[in-house]
Amino acid sequence: MRADCVYRRMLLSAIVVFTFTSERSRADDVADSIKLLQSIEPGGKGTGVARKAVDSLATSGAVLSVLKGFRGSSPLAVNWLRNAFEEIVTAEKAASKPLPVEELKGFIADRSESPIARRLAYETLRDQDAAIEAELIPDMLLDPSPEFRRDAVAKLISEASAAEAAAATPIYQKAMSGAVHEDQVKQIAEALRKNGETVNIQKHFGFLSQWMVIGPFDNKEEKGFAVAYTPETTAAEGKPLDPAAEYDGQLGKVKWQAVVTEDDYGVLDIARQIQNYKGSLMYASTSWKSDREQNVEVRLGTPNAWKLWVNGKLVFEREEYHRSSAMDQYKVPVSLKAGENILLLKVCQNEQTQDWAQKYQFQLRICDSTGSAVLPVSTTAKNDVTSGENR
Amino acid sequence: MKRVILGISVLAAFAACDSSFAADWRQFRGNAANSVAVDESLPTELSGETIAWKTPLPGRGLSGPIIVGDKVFVSSSSGYGQDRLHVVCVNADSGEQVWQRQFDATGRTMTHDKMCNATPTMASDGERVYAFFSSNDLICLDMQGKLQWFRGLGSEFPNASNSLGMSSSPVVIGSTVVVQVESDAEAFACGVDTVSGETKWQIERPRAANWTSPSVLPATNDQPALALLQSSKGLTAVDPETGKIVWNFEKGASTIPSATVSDGAIVIPANGLTAIRPSGGKFEELWNSAGLSPATPSPVVIDGMAYVMNNAGVLSAGNTSTGERVWQLRLKGSFSSTPIAAGGYIYAFNESGTAFVVKPEADKGVVISELDLAETILCSPGASNGGLYVRSDQHLIKLANPK
Repeated sequence: MRADCVYRRMLLSAIVVFTFTSERSRADDVADSIKLLQSIEPGGKGTGVARKAVDSLATSGAVLSVLKGFRGSSPLAVNWLRNAFEEIVTAEKAASKPLPVEELKGFIADRSESPIARRLAYETLRDQDAAIEAELIPDMLLDPSPEFRRDAVAKLISEASAAEAAAATPIYQKAMSGAVHEDQVKQIAEALRKNGETVNIQKHFGFLSQWMVIGPFDNKEEKGFAVAYTPETTAAEGKPLDPAAEYDGQLGKVKWQAVVTEDDYGVLDIARQIQNYKGSLMYASTSWKSDREQNVEVRLGTPNAWKLWVNGKLVFEREEYHRSSAMDQYKVPVSLKAGENILLLKVCQNEQTQDWAQKYQFQLRICDSTGSAVLPVSTTAKNDVTSGENR
Repeated sequence: MKRVILGISVLAAFAACDSSFAADWRQFRGNAANSVAVDESLPTELSGETIAWKTPLPGRGLSGPIIVGDKVFVSSSSGYGQDRLHVVCVNADSGEQVWQRQFDATGRTMTHDKMCNATPTMASDGERVYAFFSSNDLICLDMQGKLQWFRGLGSEFPNASNSLGMSSSPVVIGSTVVVQVESDAEAFACGVDTVSGETKWQIERPRAANWTSPSVLPATNDQPALALLQSSKGLTAVDPETGKIVWNFEKGASTIPSATVSDGAIVIPANGLTAIRPSGGKFEELWNSAGLSPATPSPVVIDGMAYVMNNAGVLSAGNTSTGERVWQLRLKGSFSSTPIAAGGYIYAFNESGTAFVVKPEADKGVVISELDLAETILCSPGASNGGLYVRSDQHLIKLANPK
């Protein structure tokens, strides 16, 4: 009897040790596989290893570990992790195993995690239970995920449009506080203005409206794109803009001139506000004061060829003319320093004669990765919606 | 001699590894990229009865369906910025979704409103499928949806994009996926290894916006299969294994409809339509016809006739021996979709979703039947095993004779 008891205890201990070791080993495998996927590099290198890692994860059931792996991963790695997640979910469904719903909800609520992973978790749960939308979305208005924000804003717009004018205004204002997409902002602004409210869309999106512009410089046959005229050589040397400076331009001496745009979407229309000099280029410069070092996105829309320098460093250039223009057409990640940051934009017009090729303009804003405005230190209100007259 | 062996081995490889190849529709405009469904018998009297099934699709798409065995594959894109990429696999018999995989675009997703990120049609080699998007994301999945490799050509080459959107569909030749990524700001073509996803070769291309897709010149006894890359400068024949240029047609060409190969000749949308016959690393110009000028749809060539659709929805038929226009038929509406030829009929879909079955006769074309599917259709259809497959923004649709 006593020997039997000892034997049973030994067996139990062995099972516990084996289970613990096996669990730890499985956890190590999962962690290793995730690390492999996180380290995938562009160019197609190492895809065989990545495939094996997905295979290994597919039967692991480790949905949360994989989702957590999204944070800080490259866009390429995120796509591998997404595929691993979908493979796991497929395998779990095939085995009739339930997903860890509460843990996934907790993950969705954790704003420090990857917005893409949180959205993926949300959509996976929503496929099982549509009620999760009503439960989670109302709290997503200021979420780091633009997709969550969009849903939350859409819900408020829907509420506001069903309400009487007086009751609708605060709902629209609340919606505006989270809106980062142009179509929603347009819809909200229109409703608010109809209700007698003042809406500063420029500030809401963080468009830069005050510029110093100089030109025209020669861009006949589109050759000026590659020519470094004095304003850009000066900027590249890190020298500040000299407002009194005079340079040789395309049609004679040119000087910096202050140009302000009052367009809702920050469009500085060179053709209308200055002149549509065909085969020319202009430089536009402005400063932006940051309270700290920070990474932001410069988002630009222009149908013209362009180059952009930030603090004298060329951050992107693109030689394409008249292939459409839109807000946020280009997203350029940029590091800003504490204090004044100098932006210099080169905007080039060619000599095309078609009606659709006459635009000579740009719109530029500074925002975070959600598309939410990042404002310079001198501006206080993040979302400027106040009562007053129509604009 | 080496090339003879290579040519034969390419053909043999197709035949040996997959007997269902002929019945499949594995890329934009079919296996031979010529819009001809060989030995297919599709319904000619279209009606509600011939809608075998209609399956909802996520997001939007201009990409056409491809068919491999009993599976239909199609890509879509969704989200406010068209940055969510979808690859959907549907059972060809039932229309039920077999699987769907999603990815996030790594390149620019902006397109003209009419286009969207999922504009290029997918391709397959029978073992894997290759989805390409306007954002220049090239994704390889196995037939069960498992990721084989992912190339973010949009992030690797951030200036190779077009704010109106990119539309060039990949082709698979042997063990190479050939893609054209051509814009005003940066332009290249590359051959990507079908298994590893690594770049075998990359060549610079004319820096200009280009929406055409590569075509395939099949292998002959003295020449392995070649990739035909079209641009505003003309047509370039490239060895798909090495990227080496074999010959160049330099008289300019369209940047929207793509060249079509038939019976060893190539019909190029160039100065109207121009036919050439390649041989031994060179080519001979056969004819040019300004009266046959394709708009967005690519030419369809079969049985000695070339069919082109113009901007006004007029289908023109020309003799491929002379380039002479033989007849014209005005259909209704505008067309983005390239028609296909099957069983002696031409099948065309206009942008508002009306399908036309045209019977080409010696001196005229006759509309045999038409069916209004009432959904925007911009893609080029696919055909396999008696089914005609087409996609709208909302649905994947199969047309077939009732069982």
